[in-house]
Amino acid sequence: MTFSAHFTLVLPEIVLAIAALVLLVAGAFRGKVGAIFTLAAVAALIAAAATAVLGPHGRAFGGVYAADAAATYAKVAIYLSSAIAVVLGDRWLAQRGDQKFEYAVLVILAALGMGVTASAGDLISLYVGVELQSLALYVLAAMRRDDAKSSEAGLKYFVLGALSSGLLLYGSSLIYGFTGSTHFSQIALAAAHGGAHGTGLLFGLVFLICGLAFKVSAAPFHMWTPDVYEGAPTPVVGFFAAAPKLAAMMMFARVLGDAFPAAGDQWRQILVIAALLSIFVGAFAGLAQTNLKRLWAYSSIANVGYALLGVAAGGEVGLHAMLVFMVLYMVDVTGFFACLQALNRGGKPMETIEDMAGLIKERPGVALAMTAFSLSALGLPPFSGFWSKYYVFKAALGAGDVVLQWAAVLGLVGSVVAAFYYLRLIKSMWFDAPAGSVDAPSPSAQAVGIAAALFSFPIVLVALVWLDPAAKAAAAAFGHA
Amino acid sequence: MIGLSHYLVVAAILFTIGVFGIFVNRKNVIVILMSIELILLAVNINLVAFSSFLHDVAGQIFAMFVLTVAAAEAAVGLAILVTFFRNRGDIAVDDASMMKG
Repeated sequence: MTFSAHFTLVLPEIVLAIAALVLLVAGAFRGKVGAIFTLAAVAALIAAAATAVLGPHGRAFGGVYAADAAATYAKVAIYLSSAIAVVLGDRWLAQRGDQKFEYAVLVILAALGMGVTASAGDLISLYVGVELQSLALYVLAAMRRDDAKSSEAGLKYFVLGALSSGLLLYGSSLIYGFTGSTHFSQIALAAAHGGAHGTGLLFGLVFLICGLAFKVSAAPFHMWTPDVYEGAPTPVVGFFAAAPKLAAMMMFARVLGDAFPAAGDQWRQILVIAALLSIFVGAFAGLAQTNLKRLWAYSSIANVGYALLGVAAGGEVGLHAMLVFMVLYMVDVTGFFACLQALNRGGKPMETIEDMAGLIKERPGVALAMTAFSLSALGLPPFSGFWSKYYVFKAALGAGDVVLQWAAVLGLVGSVVAAFYYLRLIKSMWFDAPAGSVDAPSPSAQAVGIAAALFSFPIVLVALVWLDPAAKAAAAAFGHA
Repeated sequence: MIGLSHYLVVAAILFTIGVFGIFVNRKNVIVILMSIELILLAVNINLVAFSSFLHDVAGQIFAMFVLTVAAAEAAVGLAILVTFFRNRGDIAVDDASMMKG
């Protein structure tokens, strides 16, 4: 492969890096954000998604960077959801007269980091990608500088995020030491011939999994999630809950599928425990919540549990289930937070379940969309949430492992418990007396919310026709490092 | 003779001190930032010790990346801490509890 051929493989990330730098300089010189600025950021993200689809497949820079079907699948989802986040966040900040050009730049940088992690073929590129993503996200959480809650959310996210990076790094250093390489392919070889260094390697793997579990907010490493979701600006939370979750699940798939397929028996137990804990923490702790952002934080913890169950099922079927699950979940959660962003009463955001009382009479469109998201999160049949859970449970039951079959049964129990709080939200919106008039929603947020609700049902039935083979091809790409 | 295991033990001790520094410390956010640096330095000792033991340069390259990112991380952390201080007038850990539940 010629030197320039390596660069064609990383073209999506080069596009984003250049766009971020150009926009940063342009923003610094012009000082204010116009429609063109936001449009340019969105165009850069869409262009990156397009180059990821059209670009060649292969491994760049000696295997450090993998451009394969899995990376393409994840990048398209990540970049497009980041583009939506740019638009929604820009509108939200404009409403508050607090438009900042840094917002779009930070989202692009975060998307760039996520793209690098999705393509990581080496512990170093994985780490650099994780940090690029995380550093941008810390700042995004603390975006509202004059809001005490926002800066507290940023601080908490930073401290626990830095700790998780530390765990991830310590694990990486042990893995490097006991296998003698940072390349996933070399690690896979060394792990397959385990032998004398097995224990040290296992220690490293456990630390690495703990660090990654922090990033996906899987229990017992979930404690930062509710606080960060409550404090951070609503459109930023919508972004947090979607793209970085998929990126972090991709990291799990890369590390476990590419570097440690041989240690499946060891990591499967850890993942099953983390998955079940997440499902139950999400279900039971969510029962006590009244703030919708906190509630959806617990809902996201539970959903990460289901995705991890897919990874734990292992092999192509399990990863296939995880990839379909995450993309369907991303659409739902983006739509939900777009709706939440659209709802204000007297200029103040409506964030509690009581605020939603009688919403169906005030804003039928948004209320119907939020009903669809609740039913979908609950896993009711025609909605996308049902199909995503169907894939995961099918993979877990089909793995032929008694532990996984019981885990699937317990997962179902967890989703029945969680049904309570989704139904409580629906009851509040449909049957309670209206709590007052609602401000006119911002058109872009309302449009995104309703489009996502329509995706949840009925578009999902059509979308699965191409999503399913795409995820299947992506899942087949793992394990060939 | 000081061998690989001595370095690994030192790194493990530093790492543990760092993790405890984050969880046990109830006073000051600056101490938490120092603990984070301690964790990253423990990782660097590990990487460089392994690199020298394995006669493989990748570990030292990794350590360079860690050093660079640690600098960026400290910058971002301090910036967030400044906005926090402006809003509260204090950086005590106990005060960071507006949100609970």
